[in-house]
Amino acid sequence: MKVSLFITCLSDALYPRVGEAMVRLLARYGVQVEFPKVQTCCGQPAFNSGYWKEARETASTILEAFEDCDFVISPSGSCTGMIHHYPKLFEHDPVMLEKAIKLQQKSYEFTQFLVQVLGITDVGAAFPHKVTYHPSCHGSRLLGVKEEPLLLMEQVKGMELVPLPFANDCCGFGGTFAVKMSDISGAMVTEKADHVLETEAEVLVGLDLACLMNIAGNLRYRDKPVRVMHLAELLYEGVKGA
Amino acid sequence: MSGATQTNLGTVKERAGLALNNDFLRKAVKFTTERLRTGKEKAAADHGNWDEWRERGRQIRLHTIAHLDYYLNLFVENARANGVHIHFAETAAEAVEISLAIAKQVEARTVVKSKSMVTEELHLNHALESIDVEAIETDLGEYIIQLAGEAPSHIIIPAIHKNRYQIAELLSADAGETLAPDTQILAGFVRRKLREKFLEADIGMTGCNFAIAETGSMVLFENEGNARMVSTVPKTQITLMGMERIIPSFEDLEVMATLLPRSATGQKLTVYMSGISGPRREVDADGPDEMHIIIVDNGRSLQLGDPEFQELLNCIRCGACLNACPVYRHIGGHAYGGTYSGPIGAVLTPALKKNIAEWDDIANASSLCGACYEACPVKIPLHEMLVYLRRRKLEAGRGDKLEAIGMKGFAAVMKNSKRFGAVLKIGKLGQKLVVRDGGIRSKIGPLKGWNSYRVTPSLPSESFREKWPTMEQEIRHGLQEMDPAVKSRMEAIVRERQSGGNGGKGNGGHGHHG
Repeated sequence: MKVSLFITCLSDALYPRVGEAMVRLLARYGVQVEFPKVQTCCGQPAFNSGYWKEARETASTILEAFEDCDFVISPSGSCTGMIHHYPKLFEHDPVMLEKAIKLQQKSYEFTQFLVQVLGITDVGAAFPHKVTYHPSCHGSRLLGVKEEPLLLMEQVKGMELVPLPFANDCCGFGGTFAVKMSDISGAMVTEKADHVLETEAEVLVGLDLACLMNIAGNLRYRDKPVRVMHLAELLYEGVKGA
Repeated sequence: MSGATQTNLGTVKERAGLALNNDFLRKAVKFTTERLRTGKEKAAADHGNWDEWRERGRQIRLHTIAHLDYYLNLFVENARANGVHIHFAETAAEAVEISLAIAKQVEARTVVKSKSMVTEELHLNHALESIDVEAIETDLGEYIIQLAGEAPSHIIIPAIHKNRYQIAELLSADAGETLAPDTQILAGFVRRKLREKFLEADIGMTGCNFAIAETGSMVLFENEGNARMVSTVPKTQITLMGMERIIPSFEDLEVMATLLPRSATGQKLTVYMSGISGPRREVDADGPDEMHIIIVDNGRSLQLGDPEFQELLNCIRCGACLNACPVYRHIGGHAYGGTYSGPIGAVLTPALKKNIAEWDDIANASSLCGACYEACPVKIPLHEMLVYLRRRKLEAGRGDKLEAIGMKGFAAVMKNSKRFGAVLKIGKLGQKLVVRDGGIRSKIGPLKGWNSYRVTPSLPSESFREKWPTMEQEIRHGLQEMDPAVKSRMEAIVRERQSGGNGGKGNGGHGHHG
């Protein structure tokens, strides 16, 4: 069984600790994760902006990197979701299309892999803090990852999970949207951060680093000391401490 | 009363800027959309089989649009047999021309209108005024924005951007006395005033929620009873309908009557649902002597046969996507610049206008979060269509030059992992100039928009790919034995995948292409 890590460019560049938490957590279950170095970015920024030629060039690195593994896991519902767009992106190229369909079938977001593939919901973590959870749009709506993170969080000992008001609302990231329509995006992230603050949680947890970077950036801009974590980090920290 | 001048100016970004600085508007829109979407979510949950009915609704719409020529002909034949005059209008100008010709023919002085988005699309009130026919909106929200000289900012709640104090001010001016900002008092005033207008009017003008092919009937959904007055009191009725409003049968209407009110306002049923199958017969106590239906194309048929946009014609105009949209909530409807606003407007307006230049920036006003798709009672993948619009804009050579250079650069770096690694190293050196306390706060150049609301994280000392060789060694040492049960689960999934199954993967996801 070959399990490969699709680190995503954001985690690679800015949040290596999240990828590290994932692979170290999985090692506890005997899952030896490979890291194919030829991967870069899923191509979503180009795809969503309409630059499909550029998106195909970038996506090719992902198709190549994961051609010969059994499972692909990533710390992002959005980037995994982008892989689900590959068949459309390569619809006019039969060779790449076949690869795209194969990749889509074996790609999993991190919590999907833990719960659906490994059948694990209790990783044995303890995390005695007040936590709120933001379900990212692409992961929850487009990839359908709704139950998995909740099942995992339910089992964390000592953790108080408080509901985030209007949790399903977008945080306003939206890739290039945050730059092109910065004031609309700014209004959205401010509203999201307001909701986080209303919960009085110490920690905001999520499954997508782009959304978390966005919300964390706004909280920090406003000097609000909420700790923002990916669920993989939270679980791994909880396992080490337990 | 003029059309809304404020909707036709500038770019979506400029118009959104106006809205973002208008606290009244933002509060009013947020208040009502929150009430509506919460109501919708509850109504969907109470229904019990919402997703199944959504799929039914989608299938009815897909089927009808795929056979639109057949059902449209059937509708026309049946309506004509019922004594309805049917007109076809290929363009907005033709629809206006036909409407005005009827108004002239019956020597109309006033027209009472029930709520109709298609007449907004045609700017029909304006046209009627140009031949000295007074057009009076009789839906409360439409009446308010007509007084304000604005266009509707929401498909079903036209005055959603106004609070009751602003509305009291407008209606007080209309009444010639001060009316208290109390909903009952304000609605009571409009009700009394419109009663006279219904009795005087020469023409009743309506839109059409659904046209039933098997009987040639048109069906109206409303909550105020004004559409029923409009369609029973005046001697002449003119109904304007988009050519895609057709459904095959009354059986299909049951599905639509379940989906539409719940999606729009969270109501289980609409307050009034009128089915009108023709002019007054001798046995009828009321109804128009003459009835016209104008079937409007105005860009709709351009979507037929376009695999990426045909589903747009499935829309039943419930407004659920507007209520769910976080962008709409912050900028309101006028910022979209067209008759239709919110996610559906962002796609429909350019599509109806053949994606021409003046509309090509609207598709950027979305974070592609998919809330519209999730809210849509007939599952139109608007978030995907927005991406297709962006792509088509580039294909038409209308892209932003600077962005194109940026994207070329992005691809040049990202198509090769060594280059990507090198860029990360350069970034780590370069950021030393701007990083303070582990974050970047500079608002220079491209960082301005982002950093006006956020602090950007700095690059850590090592990227994942730099850390990996050491990490991999450590992990190999400490690797646990795999639980045989877990191993056999994994093997089973791979086997199932190879035999054509989906490898035990959940199928909760939405919105994948094809």
